[in-house]
Amino acid sequence: MHGFLQYIQSYLDSDKTPGGAGNIFWATVYILLVFAGLSVAVIAMNWLERKILAHMQVRLGPMRVGPHGLLQPIADAIKLLLKEDIIPAEADALVFWIAPFIVVLAAFTVFVVVPFGPTHAITDMNIGILFMLGVSSLSVLGIVTAGWASNSHYPLIGALRSSAQMVSYEVAMGLAVVSVILMTSLGPEGGTLSMIGIVQAQQAQGEWFIFKFFPLGLVGFFIFAIAMVAETNRAPFDLPEAESELTAGFHTEYSGFRWSLFFLAEYSAMIAVSSIAVTLWLGGWLRPFPNALTGPTWDLVFSLFPGITFLLLAVMCFYNTARMPKHPLFRVQTMGLAGFGVVLALIGLILFIPAVRVRVTDIYWFAAKVGAFMYLYIWYRGTFPRYRFDQLMKVGWKVLLPTGLVLLILTALVGMRTELWAELQGVWRP
Amino acid sequence: MTDPNTLSPLDLETPDKTFLDANELVINMGPQHPATHGVLRVILRLDGEKVMGLECVIGYLHRGVEKIAENRTYTMFNPYVDRMDYVAAVSNGLGYCEAVEKLLNVEAPPRAQYIRVILTELNRIASHQLWLGTHALDIGAITPLFYTFRDREEILKIFEKYCGARLTTHAFRIGGLQYEAYEGFEKDVKNFVNFVKPKIDEYEELLTTNRIWLERTKGVGKISGKDCIALGVTGPVLRASGVKWDLRKAQPYANYKNFEFEIPTGENGDTYDRYIVRMIEMRQSLRIIEQAVEGIPEGPIMAKVPKVMKPPVGEIYHSIEAPKGELGYFIVSDGSTQPYRIRVRPPSFVNLQALDLMCRGQLVADVIAVIGTLDIVLGEVDR
Repeated sequence: MHGFLQYIQSYLDSDKTPGGAGNIFWATVYILLVFAGLSVAVIAMNWLERKILAHMQVRLGPMRVGPHGLLQPIADAIKLLLKEDIIPAEADALVFWIAPFIVVLAAFTVFVVVPFGPTHAITDMNIGILFMLGVSSLSVLGIVTAGWASNSHYPLIGALRSSAQMVSYEVAMGLAVVSVILMTSLGPEGGTLSMIGIVQAQQAQGEWFIFKFFPLGLVGFFIFAIAMVAETNRAPFDLPEAESELTAGFHTEYSGFRWSLFFLAEYSAMIAVSSIAVTLWLGGWLRPFPNALTGPTWDLVFSLFPGITFLLLAVMCFYNTARMPKHPLFRVQTMGLAGFGVVLALIGLILFIPAVRVRVTDIYWFAAKVGAFMYLYIWYRGTFPRYRFDQLMKVGWKVLLPTGLVLLILTALVGMRTELWAELQGVWRP
Repeated sequence: MTDPNTLSPLDLETPDKTFLDANELVINMGPQHPATHGVLRVILRLDGEKVMGLECVIGYLHRGVEKIAENRTYTMFNPYVDRMDYVAAVSNGLGYCEAVEKLLNVEAPPRAQYIRVILTELNRIASHQLWLGTHALDIGAITPLFYTFRDREEILKIFEKYCGARLTTHAFRIGGLQYEAYEGFEKDVKNFVNFVKPKIDEYEELLTTNRIWLERTKGVGKISGKDCIALGVTGPVLRASGVKWDLRKAQPYANYKNFEFEIPTGENGDTYDRYIVRMIEMRQSLRIIEQAVEGIPEGPIMAKVPKVMKPPVGEIYHSIEAPKGELGYFIVSDGSTQPYRIRVRPPSFVNLQALDLMCRGQLVADVIAVIGTLDIVLGEVDR
């Protein structure tokens, strides 16, 4: 027993990730935490997407289940679980059954290497980014199997579109990623593929890679930002599930729980690719201006942000509680909203405790950057019409791919020049 | 009668196959498909995503409106026409009432004419707004739908205040109007015109210069003016192909000759031009409404028509420019209280014929865009 406790405690002193330290117990705890956190994030995204989209579209969105529809995602989840589980008679039952699991598996496995902080990752692989790209592209397999196994025209076309789309955008995505890896090699520690290493390289080089070699980093970021929307099949690249053309694309024949797995996978894939973008270009867990605004005062100021955010959310809740209709029918909802506000305020206050504050600030900045991407996803959906299939391919192969290639070569050239310059300076001006 | 076989057939070319030499995939789109605007069934023959040809199957909403007419008096049939093109019920009512008036040889008094024009043009805007919302939705832009529905609501409110109904209005009577314009009608209409002008700019902001919108609509579903005439296609589709033909100018009915407005035309006859033509038409309708509401004369709203209508023996064809194209009524009277035969020439039905021509060689996604741009209402196609 004592040995076990020591085993648990031994990790707390190390400055590695649980996987890196080889501590199975903490790795399991982290896996559970990430899984729970991701599920909560998907639920929150569901509600936020409906609300934000609704407000963009001059309507209210869910308002009935819970105050301001806060319980709507839960009601939806229960509804989906209670629905009849249909496997079409003509479908290939086994493959039909497996397909959603492949998609969900791929979408969740990538979070093994996502670094929420210098030690806040399940594990740190030396091939982290390759692992992420590889595993996340496995989901296309699930989509193709889903479309094929349904044995129906619309899902089949949806699956074909989806596979073509994912494969072609992965190339451009990969090129953008490689340009970042070239940038990491400029630092004192040399190039790395590790997700944590990439963020540390940005810290060492003193700038986020989005600003590196301006505008090369920016261009790479844009290529990735476009490709990642296509990769996750979201608007304006949501052809595989274009509801006005293919009813629901590859998951037309799915219902109930299986359908909700696809839904879950889509949202966690969105979070996954956003976290790649954040890690590679936006400095991962690093707070804004880590080098310009240094010193204990600035550290303190930036570490107050998480608490302040939650307190602001709580204030919003209280404000809306005050605006609730004063009718007895709304008493429960009003109390519920006030209660939610109190919970948020408590979380905010807990986040002010110095011990918590220090540990949470990395995760907060990471989550905030990912959240910005999530908002972008919703914004796109509210604004853009959908691309046609051939146009989508054109954008992928004729615009993004050549740009990516040129970007890669330029990055290499500029990087070489920088290194040469450094060496020359060493020689001539000792 | 011309022998139908001597008419020159449209040359519908079969598009080139892709090099893959794949089997043709036959897909049944509809009648429960979300983008076929009701219950249209389209049988698509696809080579990959390319449309080799298609066939429309209609009749899922057939109610036998024309047959019903033979068992109703002229007055009793009036509400039925609202149920054909249910998003432009006022226009349908105008066409029918004017046709019967022509048969009876009466004319609605000027005040009634003005109010009729105002309501019909309001309905044209409402119809175009509904078209824009659903068309954009089909192409994947979900937001314009809510914007247009928000503004269409204001028109429906005016209808509701005027005659109590919002959709199937039954606003007009043979010989004029049943209801006097309610108090504040003119103010409401003026307010609406001022309200909706910036809103139309808002729709255009979302779409007109949107890169994806341009790519999805330019060069899609092209049809030449010649083909339009050969197929009998009318309305904005014909005008977008460069033919300046609008019955409000060509054969002025009601009192359209009193108003100044322009007929927008396109050049390429593609989906984008049809979009632009309809957007301009909305603004021109506002222009007409503005002029009409300024000039509503005083006077009676009902001409002298007999309680029991027995039009003289004869036949009449009267057509108006409905939001979707030429809406014609052919009425045969045998001198009794009931029409011997009523035949409706619905614009949606005739325009739908062009679907095959417009879609060949395009992609599946374009079929959706073209169905949207034709602006069909299945209630009118099937009647």
